[in-house]
Amino acid sequence: MIWKIFLFLLLAFVSIAGIAFPIVEKPSAWYEFPLIPGLEENAKIIFFHVPTAWLTVVAFFMSTIYSFKYLRKKNLDDDVKSYAAAQLGMIFCILATVTGAVWAKFAWGSYWSWDPRQTSIFALLLIYGAWFALRSSIESEEKRATLSSVYSMIAFVTVPFFIFIMPRIMTGLHPGSADDSNAGPVVDFKMNGNMQLIFFLSLIGFTILYFWMWNVGYRSILLREKLDKKLIRG
Amino acid sequence: MTNYSVEAVDLNKSFGRRLIFNDLQFKFDKSGVYGISGPNGSGKSTLVKIIAGIIGASKGKIIHKLNDKEIIEEHLHDHIGFVSPYLVLYEEFSTYENLNHFAEIRGISFNKERVDFLLNKFLLFKRKDDLLKTYSSGMKQRVKFIFALMHSPQLLILDEPTSNLDDEGKNSVYELVKEEGQKNIVLIASNEKHDLEVCSDIVYLEKFKN
Amino acid sequence: MNSKSYSLFLKDFKSELRTRYAINALAMFIIVAISVILFSVGNEKISPSLTGGLFWVVIFFTAMSGLSRAFVSEEERGTSLTLQLIAAPSTVFLGKLLFNIILVFAMNTIIAVLYSAIFEAFIIQNFVLFLVSFVLGNIGLAVSSTIIAAIIAKAGAKGTLYPVLSFPILLPLILTSVQLTLFSLDGISFERAKFELAIVVSYDIIMLTASFMLFDFIWKE
Repeated sequence: MIWKIFLFLLLAFVSIAGIAFPIVEKPSAWYEFPLIPGLEENAKIIFFHVPTAWLTVVAFFMSTIYSFKYLRKKNLDDDVKSYAAAQLGMIFCILATVTGAVWAKFAWGSYWSWDPRQTSIFALLLIYGAWFALRSSIESEEKRATLSSVYSMIAFVTVPFFIFIMPRIMTGLHPGSADDSNAGPVVDFKMNGNMQLIFFLSLIGFTILYFWMWNVGYRSILLREKLDKKLIRG
Repeated sequence: MTNYSVEAVDLNKSFGRRLIFNDLQFKFDKSGVYGISGPNGSGKSTLVKIIAGIIGASKGKIIHKLNDKEIIEEHLHDHIGFVSPYLVLYEEFSTYENLNHFAEIRGISFNKERVDFLLNKFLLFKRKDDLLKTYSSGMKQRVKFIFALMHSPQLLILDEPTSNLDDEGKNSVYELVKEEGQKNIVLIASNEKHDLEVCSDIVYLEKFKN
Repeated sequence: MNSKSYSLFLKDFKSELRTRYAINALAMFIIVAISVILFSVGNEKISPSLTGGLFWVVIFFTAMSGLSRAFVSEEERGTSLTLQLIAAPSTVFLGKLLFNIILVFAMNTIIAVLYSAIFEAFIIQNFVLFLVSFVLGNIGLAVSSTIIAAIIAKAGAKGTLYPVLSFPILLPLILTSVQLTLFSLDGISFERAKFELAIVVSYDIIMLTASFMLFDFIWKE
């Protein structure tokens, strides 16, 4: 119970700090952030956009790992865990895409410009969507688990193409792509100590939140299945 | 006598979370006709499909051996003949073409003598070049038997072999089954009284439902 | 094992010749698809890069029309069981893959020829590059489409799910192939396209390996 309160306080602090702390040229007080040329006020979105993008990747990997486990042991519980992770992954993917588009509007002038990272997150959205569509078309539990697990593995195999190769060959606007001279605020650590702290706290807070939601998610699905069985038996 | 054996060890099958059977054991290593029985829905078809290697078991396994050497999954189909009401062959081809394709896909040479012999036995020789589309259901059933026997399998699996057959049809099946049972293992999945009468030993699926 | 897969391919080929289901439908689809583009574009001049992109649009949707048949026809008729009784999963996969590869090459050659004839801006300057990327791209397209076809056939899903599942998987291939087609239209040298060609080659190899290993799980219930 205590850690849940901790988590709440942490995320509340991160949210408030992320949004309210002012950005000034020369930060002196502990609650001030430095001015990063090119980003200015919009820099604050880094506290939310990057964690959501990070989590969608974590969720995707977890979903794939449990799919792989299911294919090996055929234990339906693994499929449920995979599903719970994918649900959250979908949500975070949408959030990452939206926060990314908002940032893009301010930083580059338009919401969408098919930058390789944007294309990648869009592809991930398509993969999630396809995966859920496939699942909803299959009645039998076992078949649903097996076929969607296979699809997860196939999708997983194409992901390296998006992550590593596409950004190399396509010029992009994202910090860190082929033609960007500076590697971006995260990699370059143009953030000062305060910003870095808030950033990492945000990352940690959101990650803990994700694992908690995933845990509650899959356990509630398992419980519901048990209840359904009892109801059928009568 | 046969040098083939099929054995079930701790076999368990569930569909999703629904248990079909549990802890199933049996072993057949002498030629003969054996039965698998149980009321409708008890998992007879499921069990024979598992034995034929078409679907997988949830736990445990089926071991097929020839001359005491275990046969790997990839080669199972060379040793098994399978007949069932839900088996469908290619209607756009003739019987002869179908059987030819099957031999080639199996990777064994087309044994014309044996096929012609079977066609004659099942009274289909005259119509061997007609498309399956034009066959009656009784004739299609006979083609399925030829399909199951053309590669001289050591294990013959028949799922509800006399369904939809008249008495004459049933009798010819029983004759065939007894003949095959002399040298090979025949498994019949059915809950028809007459079908089970031909079997020397029967596995009752209700016993494994706990 | 190869001759068994080849025999399975022959069976499908003969069946196709006899019934002509796929060939007719696909030929009509290609004509319709190109006509739609022609009518939508009207008298506007389209740039070479646009024709290059549209080329792959037609290829993708034609593939989605025709490549699922290999598995769906068996599943619908109930002959999957028959195949399981006579062939190992790997034999089935390779046989169906061969069929789809031939089909893809046939379709795309027709599309390429029609495109060159109809769209003036579609002029291939570096033909060798086009040919190589054509061959490599077709193989990748066939491999991915085949494994996804196996999935939807077993899912009993309707046709609409096929493009939905295939598109994300094919996206890296399509993006790179469009790039290569544009290069060949612009006359870019083979040397400069090496990186993109390497991507397509690795895509083909990776997808082939993954499909081959995963097919067993799909096929055997």
